[in-house]
Amino acid sequence: MNKPVIIDPEGLNQLISTLTRMGFQVVGPTVREEAIVYEKLESIKDLPEGFTDEQDGGIYRLKRRSDKALFGYVVGPHSWKKFLHPPERRLWSADSEGNDFKIKPEKLESPKFAFLGVRACEMHAIAIQDKVFINDKYVDPVYQIRRENAFFIAVNCGQAGGTCFCVSMNTGPKVDTGFDLALTEILDTDRHYFVVEVGSDRGAACLEQVTHQQAQNEEVRQAEDVVEKTSGQMGRTLDTTHIKELLYDNLEHPRWDDIAERCLSCANCTMVCPTCFCSTVEDVTDITGTHAERWQKWDSCFTMDFTYLHGGEVRASTKSRYRQWLTHKLASWQDQFGSSGCVGCGRCITWCPPAIDLTEEISQIRDSETQTSKPT
Amino acid sequence: MAVKMDPIIQSPMTPQLYRVEKVIRETHDTFSLRVIPKDDSGARAFQPGQFNMLYAFGVGEVPISISGPKPSGRSMIHTIRDVGTVTHALHGLKKDQTVGLRGPFGSAWPIELAKGYDVVIMAGGIGLAPLRPALYALLEQRDQFGELSLLYGTRKPEDLLFTEEFEEWRGKYGVQVKLTVDTADSEWHGNVGVVNTLVQRVTFDPVNTIAMICGPEVMMRFAVLELKHCGVPEDQIFITMERNMKCAVGFCGHCQFGPAFICKDGPVFRYDQVKQFFGIREI
Amino acid sequence: MKSLESILANHPFFENLEAEYLALITGCASNVRFEAGQFIYRQDEEANRFYIIREGKVALEICPPGKKPITVQTVTDGEILGWAWLVPPYHCQFDAQAVELTRAIVLDGKCLRKKCEEDHTLGYALLNRLLPIIGKTMEATRLQLLDVYGVQD
Repeated sequence: MNKPVIIDPEGLNQLISTLTRMGFQVVGPTVREEAIVYEKLESIKDLPEGFTDEQDGGIYRLKRRSDKALFGYVVGPHSWKKFLHPPERRLWSADSEGNDFKIKPEKLESPKFAFLGVRACEMHAIAIQDKVFINDKYVDPVYQIRRENAFFIAVNCGQAGGTCFCVSMNTGPKVDTGFDLALTEILDTDRHYFVVEVGSDRGAACLEQVTHQQAQNEEVRQAEDVVEKTSGQMGRTLDTTHIKELLYDNLEHPRWDDIAERCLSCANCTMVCPTCFCSTVEDVTDITGTHAERWQKWDSCFTMDFTYLHGGEVRASTKSRYRQWLTHKLASWQDQFGSSGCVGCGRCITWCPPAIDLTEEISQIRDSETQTSKPT
Repeated sequence: MAVKMDPIIQSPMTPQLYRVEKVIRETHDTFSLRVIPKDDSGARAFQPGQFNMLYAFGVGEVPISISGPKPSGRSMIHTIRDVGTVTHALHGLKKDQTVGLRGPFGSAWPIELAKGYDVVIMAGGIGLAPLRPALYALLEQRDQFGELSLLYGTRKPEDLLFTEEFEEWRGKYGVQVKLTVDTADSEWHGNVGVVNTLVQRVTFDPVNTIAMICGPEVMMRFAVLELKHCGVPEDQIFITMERNMKCAVGFCGHCQFGPAFICKDGPVFRYDQVKQFFGIREI
Repeated sequence: MKSLESILANHPFFENLEAEYLALITGCASNVRFEAGQFIYRQDEEANRFYIIREGKVALEICPPGKKPITVQTVTDGEILGWAWLVPPYHCQFDAQAVELTRAIVLDGKCLRKKCEEDHTLGYALLNRLLPIIGKTMEATRLQLLDVYGVQD
């Protein structure tokens, strides 16, 4: 593939204009309500220039940086799934005609998104959702067309957050596949530029419209150093050795009761998780009763009626819901889709009100197992 | 000039329209809907054990196993117990009305695998419905199988389904049909007791037997224990699982049971492949 | 015609019982036959009989006032009927009624009890056969109580 090139912030601005001209809706990080979220971008002015985020269990706080970095933070409460797998959509509508009715399928809209600022863990998260919605037995056409249209400008993380553990999950911090362009932001004392890796022909074509120059070896090495430094800063670690067996063997572990004491069953972890994909459907009718619609909405394995069966909940207790979520994410996901369902982004730790930390919970279960299996 | 049509979503989530050909009263709370596609394309082929999602206009959708027809039929039959909002709305349907249908979905009973084996079918309550197409398939090639047994239990005699077919299964095909109920009054001259007790009352060679079980989960747990006790190997026992289901195609996540999605990996499972999770509380 | 002893020897309940005990038990045994509808015993009667069912079907019933009798269990070919003869106060707990023509061997419960008292090895052999049946009956009762086929609310 093409050699890396250098663009400056104005080049990035040109890239946004180019993509917009090509019919893409450019979406990426921006500051809203004291958090960095993913929304439509008009220019680099919309990016969170000079911001960073402080993250820990149950803690998220924006702070000012001393420089003008455009990507000087990690991931916020949003993930790209809100564009690829919309939180709410109508599946179809139906109209009655006497004793009969007809179903009107939805028009398949085909928005073209250009995702700017996708992190390595997020690229992996999207690849994981691909397995659910397009690479399994059935295909979700809405996800599929959005996914196929999407243009990816990834960003290698210049720093790790307090709840990050992508190194443990082998999902970062360096973006490896799936991108059209991948940026590494470099802030020297006197220079602010991006080393750009080209991942596709259309990425290369797009770059042609942008002022750029070939990257020097020294600049490429500097970009590598950035990623290397980030790797060493992970806020969390997770030992994934035989993690499936560990969880399958500990479905009745007392630790689940302990977690249930703290877990609010609020579903935040599932909403912020970039791989959680569960949804529900709702049937609605208008007041005349002649028009009906079916809507699909994001759902969570923590909600009340999720496992409703014959008048009761299969998973009535918070304990069983948390166990389901974590065991699915780290263990049964492997059986279902051939990979972990966790990319180590840390969102579920940051956005958990009582700061439940899956890396800590796993290590508690693992430690207790090591202790009990010791010969006495 | 041709008018360019907007592309529409060809989605596995969009139902097809079917016409109710016949409503059959089965018991006081259970009925069957025989349906065919409205566009006369002929019903889609299904495997015994599979299910459809049936949609009652404006009310909602429920998973219902396919309970017929016999292999030559061109319709699909669904046997439904009127216990919830949607099933109640379906109960209200009359001949020639429209019902939405998605499917067939899910795994099937191991008919091919059972060739050369004795087959023990254990059903509880409405659990006989998804097993009836399996029986039809076995009887269609009767000489391919050894002893066939149907052990069927319900709450009361009046809850027994498909009773008009038992004599043909017994007489014409030599199926050992044994029935039992949980309680009865003295007008019932059959067995009273749980379905497990019937296992001892039929002839089969345990190690050369394929067992197919469908009923409430608690009933299946005891049925599996009984069959294992008799010497039927775990990998020759097949059960069906049930969980909340919204999409039937593995997108919605609701029906997960350990690593399995009941909708696409089940509902029929080989026992040894799910036993690690079978019986675990709130799994 | 088969002898009582060989009928007992071929019944699943006495399968592999030692010949000397079989002979001893045969001493307490006689053939019986019940027509459909005939009561074999009634609730609260003294329980002095232990039935080995050869063929037929017997219903254990309870009759609440104002209602039809409810059958709670049926026993059939190869099974046994009644174990109240073995445990105090030796009273029948249900009505037992033949649902169809039923042939059985009846053992004298008092006689059997006495022999079991005298020879604990025989007592142990009999209990070893009875206890699994009692256990199964209890398990079945619990399942029936669960009403697994009923509408759950």
